[in-house]
Amino acid sequence: MCSNHEPPKILVDWKKVFVSRQEFLKLVAFVCSAVIALIVAIPSVCFMMYFLFVPQNPTWVALGSLDDFKEGETVPVAFKSPYALPWDRISSKRTAWVRRLSAESFIAFAINCTHLGCPVRWEQGADLFLCPCHGGVFYADGDVAGGPPPRPLHRYAVRVNKGQVEIAFRPVLTEA
Amino acid sequence: MKIIDTVVQWLDERTGLREPIVQIMAHPVPPGSKWAYVFGTATLTCFIVQIVTGIALSNFFVPSAGDAFESLRFITERAPFGKLIRGMHYFGASAMILFVGVHALRTFLWGSFKFPREMNWLSGVFLLFLTVAMGFTGQILRWDQNAVWTVSVGAEQALRAPFIGKFAAELLLTGGDLGSTTFGHFFSAHVFLLPGVLIAIIVFHVWLVLFHGISEPPVPGETIDPKTYKQKYEEMLKRIGKPFWPDAAWRDVVFSTGLVIAILLCAIFFGAPELQNPPDPSIVQASPKPDWYLIWYFALLALLPHESEDWVIIGFPALVFLLFLSVPFWNNRGERSYKRRPWSVGIVLFILAFVGSLWLKGVHGVWTPKFTAIPLTPQVVGASSGPIYEGAKVFNSKGCLYCHTYAGRGGQRGPDLTFVSSRLTHDQLVVRILNGGYNMPSYAANISPKDLQALTTFLESKRGETAPLEIQPSEAGGR
Repeated sequence: MCSNHEPPKILVDWKKVFVSRQEFLKLVAFVCSAVIALIVAIPSVCFMMYFLFVPQNPTWVALGSLDDFKEGETVPVAFKSPYALPWDRISSKRTAWVRRLSAESFIAFAINCTHLGCPVRWEQGADLFLCPCHGGVFYADGDVAGGPPPRPLHRYAVRVNKGQVEIAFRPVLTEA
Repeated sequence: MKIIDTVVQWLDERTGLREPIVQIMAHPVPPGSKWAYVFGTATLTCFIVQIVTGIALSNFFVPSAGDAFESLRFITERAPFGKLIRGMHYFGASAMILFVGVHALRTFLWGSFKFPREMNWLSGVFLLFLTVAMGFTGQILRWDQNAVWTVSVGAEQALRAPFIGKFAAELLLTGGDLGSTTFGHFFSAHVFLLPGVLIAIIVFHVWLVLFHGISEPPVPGETIDPKTYKQKYEEMLKRIGKPFWPDAAWRDVVFSTGLVIAILLCAIFFGAPELQNPPDPSIVQASPKPDWYLIWYFALLALLPHESEDWVIIGFPALVFLLFLSVPFWNNRGERSYKRRPWSVGIVLFILAFVGSLWLKGVHGVWTPKFTAIPLTPQVVGASSGPIYEGAKVFNSKGCLYCHTYAGRGGQRGPDLTFVSSRLTHDQLVVRILNGGYNMPSYAANISPKDLQALTTFLESKRGETAPLEIQPSEAGGR
């Protein structure tokens, strides 16, 4: 299927590029091709990775009024991601584990296991977070109790603002 | 048929395609290339099934994080033929992954990757990994609860890569938060980008097969010498070569026909994979699991020593990819027959045993807490009041049963505790409960002295009843 005669040279002969009209035209054609590729590729790639150009700072999200939380209880609280797009709908819902320590003191955990990100569950009687994927276990304060997780559960900053409990939500992954 | 001849003649004068098509179809191939050589075309057939059923699915599938799940439910439950097409797309994907793997093992065992076909192997390795990437992205387009958590798990794994981890994770999620932009990337990759790259490499791969000809069935003692191989191959073809069409092609076509019928039957009788819960990431009652072909890797991550994970999570796939790529550079000459290459047989057996045993472990998932464990009842405990029964209640409420088996009930992450008192003394038992262990949490801050007392009383209640030291869990009664 292949022929045996010497193929014509495709690449530019740099020694003759400003001497031979043919070599110069090769260079022009190569440069123009590269320009076409860059003009199309750069904006497209930037668009696909627009998130690199948008600062994603933590946003305060209200989880409910102060009275909704009992001291010493760890509860799941669902909220809507502040980063959601209108057509995200059901996929824009998020949950945090919230524990009220005292009157004004809260801790809030991301639900993601620090091993591989599966959602941990709070087990009331055992006072432990258990992960369904690989059996990671965390204590009530988020520290690793057993299994493969390398780090404690991620904590969100919590504040009480006008009687509302708020957490500084940011996509879990960007902080780790 | 005169009319057909006329049409062919007319087209050939204007396209010049008759000659190359006839040449390709009738090119001579080595004889004796029997059923072992059908897996490449089988993989290609699966890919064609995927393209056709994929185009069909794209007509009704809505690529948005808010609507994808509902549109899939419509396809599965209401659209005529929808369930069938989804099933064919699923089993086509499964078959493609299966046969791309079998094809790779065959070319490895037969030494077909050796000179001059190194590039056949290298392009094939890219096709193998791209096929797995298609499976992974496709599983995510299912966009049910499992898919949502699969993306999270994938991103967490990427996050562990040194230096580029954060960027890779953000790229996977498109910005770090799960949503339509995440979904859009996977849709674009699964439907446009990856198939485009696949098609380009498949064309290249098939070109190489035609350019070098298929490797002749290996004969022990017939070695490859790059200086003389091509000449010997050409002479062998002239002497005993058979036309590809139909002498060799009929096996490819017959095997692929059986394969497509099998895909159809599976789609009819097993149907599309069940859509799990809706893609609501706020529901924590989720137990994400990958599709069958990645279960073994899932198991590997669970069973590793914990300290080695950061290296393995990223290093293992990268290492496997590099090892695959390096195959023709270890040895591209000499013996081709596996009968004279014991190492190659050993490697294949090792891979099969490694993946197979992990796969079995993964299917059973013994490391996962058994959230569905039925609490111990008075019959199982052997008491309905008193300290033993109180201890059993503590055993239930502290979540012990999620990881430990007692009298045949509960999880299997930790050891069976039915006759634990024949292994541990009272003090050892107390120390273990309070301090925890490798995978076990410490209960020091979680258990009152009274509960601890009750718990140990309960755990020691079966001491020596019928319990020799070597009692097996399955014989522990109460099942």
